[in-house]
Amino acid sequence: MASPESTINGPTKAAGADSKSLRNAFGGVIAFIILVLIGVLAFSIRLFSVIKYESVIHEFDPYFNYRVTQFLSKNGIYDFWNWFDDRTWYPLGRVIGGTVYPGLTLTAGTIWKVVNSLNIPLSVETVCVFTAPIFSAFASWAAYLLTKEVKGPGAGLTAAALLAMVPSYISRSVAGSYDNEAVAIFALVFTFYLYIKTLNTGSLFYATLNALAYFYMVCSWGGYTFIINLIPMHVLLCIVTGRYSSRLYIAYAPLVVLGTLLAALVPVVGFNAVLTSEHFASFLVFIIIHVVALAYYIKGILSPKMFKVAVTLVVSVGLAVCCAVIAILIAVVASSPTKGWSGRSLTLLDPTYASKYIPIIASVSEHQPPTWPSYFMDINVLAFLVPAGIIACFMPLSDSSSFVILYIVTSVYFSGVMVRLMLVLAPAACILSGIALSEAFNVLTRSIKFQLPGIAGNSTSEENGSSSVVAPSDVSKTEKTEEVAKEKPVKKNRKKEKENVEKKPTPSKTERRLLVLPLEASVIAVLLLVLLGAFYVVHCVWAAAEAYSAPSIVLTSQSNDGGLHVFDDFREAYSWLSHNTDVDDKVASWWDYGYQTTAMANRTVLVDNNTWNNTHIATVGTAMSSPEKQAWEIFHSLDVKYVLVVFGGLVGYPSDDINKFLWMVRIGGGEFPHIKEPDYLRDGQYRIDAQATPTMLNCLMYKLSYFRFVETDGKGFDRVRRTEIGKKHFKLTHFEEVFTTHHWMVRIYKLKPPRNRIRGKTKKSKSSVRRSVSSKRDVKGKRNPWH
Amino acid sequence: ISFIPYLFKRFQNFLPFPGRIERFTFYLLDYNLCFDKQVVYMAVVGSFPFNSFLSGVLSCIGTAVLAVCLRIQVNKDNKEFKDVAPERAFADFILCNLVLHLVIMNFLG
Repeated sequence: MASPESTINGPTKAAGADSKSLRNAFGGVIAFIILVLIGVLAFSIRLFSVIKYESVIHEFDPYFNYRVTQFLSKNGIYDFWNWFDDRTWYPLGRVIGGTVYPGLTLTAGTIWKVVNSLNIPLSVETVCVFTAPIFSAFASWAAYLLTKEVKGPGAGLTAAALLAMVPSYISRSVAGSYDNEAVAIFALVFTFYLYIKTLNTGSLFYATLNALAYFYMVCSWGGYTFIINLIPMHVLLCIVTGRYSSRLYIAYAPLVVLGTLLAALVPVVGFNAVLTSEHFASFLVFIIIHVVALAYYIKGILSPKMFKVAVTLVVSVGLAVCCAVIAILIAVVASSPTKGWSGRSLTLLDPTYASKYIPIIASVSEHQPPTWPSYFMDINVLAFLVPAGIIACFMPLSDSSSFVILYIVTSVYFSGVMVRLMLVLAPAACILSGIALSEAFNVLTRSIKFQLPGIAGNSTSEENGSSSVVAPSDVSKTEKTEEVAKEKPVKKNRKKEKENVEKKPTPSKTERRLLVLPLEASVIAVLLLVLLGAFYVVHCVWAAAEAYSAPSIVLTSQSNDGGLHVFDDFREAYSWLSHNTDVDDKVASWWDYGYQTTAMANRTVLVDNNTWNNTHIATVGTAMSSPEKQAWEIFHSLDVKYVLVVFGGLVGYPSDDINKFLWMVRIGGGEFPHIKEPDYLRDGQYRIDAQATPTMLNCLMYKLSYFRFVETDGKGFDRVRRTEIGKKHFKLTHFEEVFTTHHWMVRIYKLKPPRNRIRGKTKKSKSSVRRSVSSKRDVKGKRNPWH
Repeated sequence: ISFIPYLFKRFQNFLPFPGRIERFTFYLLDYNLCFDKQVVYMAVVGSFPFNSFLSGVLSCIGTAVLAVCLRIQVNKDNKEFKDVAPERAFADFILCNLVLHLVIMNFLG
């Protein structure tokens, strides 16, 4: 094993070096195997829904992405860039090429193309369903790389294992959840890894890769603004705490220039990359870092006395220029009503903004603030490992660990604003918990090793309640985490520290004593930590299997004899639509179902989940809240033929349109003042029983939901609202029912054609705000009341 | 005010850097001039087409920044980059410039 060399130091050192390299190699192989296993784990824990139900795409947004990917695979990339979709937002249409983040669809399209060119016949749907688990495996590997840069490979492996299983990430990347975040989290962690790597090595090569990874992130998700604001914040932090170095300049400056250019290349972002306030922070810090770099450079050239003179001169001039520039900037920014920020970003900064000004953003359930239990559900054990990780990052504090601390602090704040952003918190929590766990294991196993009989150690054992980490002997170079990264297995780390202890029996002022816990306490603590990990794993698997694997398009429940009863009403309705209506028929429904309708039923819809046009959604909301005749007129003016309503009263499905009705009223009332919310409220509540207001009992949503409902059980008992309905027997005058699914969950109505013959004179409308119409009527009756 | 000739004298002492470093200064000054010209042109003529203006301006800034990075890495007095061979630094610089100009040409329209 150790070949004897004729060096002056004798064979022991050579043997030590050889065994070290062998241990290095061994550790490397083990790390590789562990990483492969972590990847397999990340992939397979997300397959529960495929096993329990079928390989189907979940939720609402993924259907749109699936449809776009289908188009891309059929028509190629140039048509995709220039695609104008006329089957949604009728009659406005939507420019897909310019309003969609192309990263996810391009990735899946590429995978599909590559796989098919290798003659593996995977359909587009299969590729779409399994993209998310594959990229979550990549994300955990990226987390390994990132944490390895910050602390070392042991911490890296722990962080990767944690990220593979964390429920918050599983919830958005389960097999079938074909959404932007599936790819974006991988891009996020990878970009951060490359930034830290550039910071540590100072090489332009990694800076280029960093810019390219950032480009991929911009392509994938709107959350890229988080990166472009976090990195400048970190640079500022480094400058302010005196950690400026030329590596920081190399890490940051090319990223800003290349990154802005690349971001401007993506059509969704376009010129927003330089014009919106979300990016101004990066430019500001760009200028600041140039000033600081110049200051350092001049300081190196001049003598101290001259430097002071130069500084006063420059500062006075610079301050004047700075004030002028800032004044101009503030004037430009303040002139726009939203101060240059987009609506969603403003919601993050001021959580009450959306509920006051933009009800649509406030109505999305993902945009609500999370509750405390959801933190424990989503990141479980990590919630209290994170503070330990923060402390571990402080000893020693390096550029990279300060970055991770900043990342966790900002992501905790943002996750407190919106539930959806718990997803950004997940990687940070995993990284810090990985660091904490790895440091804890370091200390505990070192304690055990030193106190096992036969191992000589000068270390003193002290009673110590908390674990602490020994600083390496050359404290001056603690910033250089390159050295930590070069030591591969954790065992070697401990061996080096032990040698340090033996070399310096008297601890110097800059070195801490090697603290060791008593043997029994360490053993018990190791066992407890392993138990903690076991609880975490159990929770994650449970969450993945029970909580996050439901494709909301198919619902199940336990039937009386223990079997599984499947509610497949949505797909039933969509297939009815696609088989029994003309291709050009327009379907009106609430915006939740727009994507699914276009993707599965292949019919044109009025509004869909993109929610980019508030007025159009308000029109549909007004129609749903108006009496039958007005609603018919609104829909007729928009060429609508069918109206689709989701009703959960028969089976107890809580997310139906009656429960969403308050948003229809609010959004409609926001644009059209004749819809007043108090008209629908009785004692401040929306009610559908006998106590409901007449406006409520007459509105279209009520009538379409409860038409013939009393025939089911004779009393009209609504299982969701748990009351009997108010108006039980009524007829529809302007709509006719054409289809109701098996469990009455989706109900489709057709607009009755306008009457050919009008009895009597034309009547003036009874509604208060309507303008009086002229007495002349067309034979066809295509009056448009909105002109 | 006697500070200025003193500065100039000191600068002259520093100017005979190893030849490559000295050229950097003029390289950077040249790019600075190019950038200022573009901004003045935009202020005079108006910012349509915006993407061409943006790509032109950012290309100037970008190459200047990359040149600064290269200079940082190549400078022998810089102790943090002792173990990076200047050829490696130059190769990185070329790569980064390649990517930058590819993007610029794409964005130029």
